[in-house]
Amino acid sequence: MKKEEVPQDKGNLSNKNMKELVYATDENGNYTTALSTGWEPKTIALSNSIDEISERVAIAKAQVENNEASPIVYFMEYCRMDVGVLSSYVGMWQWRVKRHFKPKVFAKLNDKILQKYAETFDISIDELRNFKTH
Amino acid sequence: METNFIHHQSAHCENGVASNLLKHNGLNISEPMVFGIGSGLFFVYLPFLKVNYGPAISYRPLPGLIFNKVAKRLGLKIKRQKFSSEANAVKALDDNLKNNIPSGLQVGVYNLTYFPDEYRFHFNAHNLVVYGKTETDYLISDPIMENVTTLTHEELRKVRFAKGAFAPRGQIYYPIQIPETVDLKGAIIKGIKNTCRDMLAPMPIIGVRGMRLVARLIRRWPVKHGTKKANHYLAQMVRMQEEIGTGGGGFRFIYAAFLEEASGVLENPKLKELSKEMTEIGDLWRDFAVEASRIYKNRSTQVDVYNRIADQLVDISNKEEVFFKKLKLAIS
Repeated sequence: MKKEEVPQDKGNLSNKNMKELVYATDENGNYTTALSTGWEPKTIALSNSIDEISERVAIAKAQVENNEASPIVYFMEYCRMDVGVLSSYVGMWQWRVKRHFKPKVFAKLNDKILQKYAETFDISIDELRNFKTH
Repeated sequence: METNFIHHQSAHCENGVASNLLKHNGLNISEPMVFGIGSGLFFVYLPFLKVNYGPAISYRPLPGLIFNKVAKRLGLKIKRQKFSSEANAVKALDDNLKNNIPSGLQVGVYNLTYFPDEYRFHFNAHNLVVYGKTETDYLISDPIMENVTTLTHEELRKVRFAKGAFAPRGQIYYPIQIPETVDLKGAIIKGIKNTCRDMLAPMPIIGVRGMRLVARLIRRWPVKHGTKKANHYLAQMVRMQEEIGTGGGGFRFIYAAFLEEASGVLENPKLKELSKEMTEIGDLWRDFAVEASRIYKNRSTQVDVYNRIADQLVDISNKEEVFFKKLKLAIS
């Protein structure tokens, strides 16, 4: 990539006024560094992933409202986690976490376990118990 | 407390931390040099594993490996510590800062508050340097940021003890011994040989063969999973490839910069030519990303666009196979 070809597209980085460093060649073909504000293919890939997450969050929300899943599912998706990540944060086996996804099981959980989830999601136990979306 | 640490921005976090820490300790070594000697160029496809509900493709070796290889090949000593107790982890870092030692940390990205929200995923192999502490904050030199920044004590605790795959467990590392003279030439040759071996490995999931495997899978994605999922997979692949200078084109350009520098050190003009060739391959990776982004932007449903992009990847793998064979000859 030549230095003048370094992409300067608007994207997620330029919103925060961040620039990333890239290696590119100067007019003599020798390597140097340049700053880039972003590149469209990357921005699209990233927004694609963000859309995917929003979709998952929306599905989870509907499931919780229809009493098909516990609020843990919603907050897990909201925090961009999957079962593996969540289980290692709360320090429980994956099968146990998955069990807590069931509304019936969730209703019987004690404060000690709920506290672990609440801490992981950075919310209070009340918010977890009385589900209201952000 | 504050150590007199100088921040240099870099393209990739691990090289950057290694290069900045070594510069601080009096060994002037550039980012591409660290990348080349530490054999940072890699490709692996991990079957049976999913990351963010997509295929797991890594363009880099395991976290920590680059710096470890650099240390071994240059005869440096690095101290690395992991902690099971958070209090001990805090204490070890604070003691280091008191003794005027800036320290490298492995951290999770999700709670890095200075990142744009879109970048905050549960990814645990990021690296940064802590070079000072105030009443409320830690002073942070994150190599992919233009300038130094800060995190509160609580925020740093969170990122150091992020959980999930590659959980950093408070990992802290810093060079403790640097020899007077280093054998740069020998280290460069070892680094290049290692990369050639990795990329040409006779294993179906690694190096150029790994790329061909992924190309075969891309052809099957739309048929097997439907186009929606195939598009997501492709976007995921490009993110892994081009995010913050890692993988794909970005890595090829760092490697080309390394070969250029190495050709001067080894007085080997062949490496300079190969550096140009690597630049061309890097441009091909970028073309691949552009083509891929067109597919998932238009939510294309045709099967043949996937075949076309797979052909592109096969073409890159063929070029890289030829390239690394030539590179191996050039230094033998």
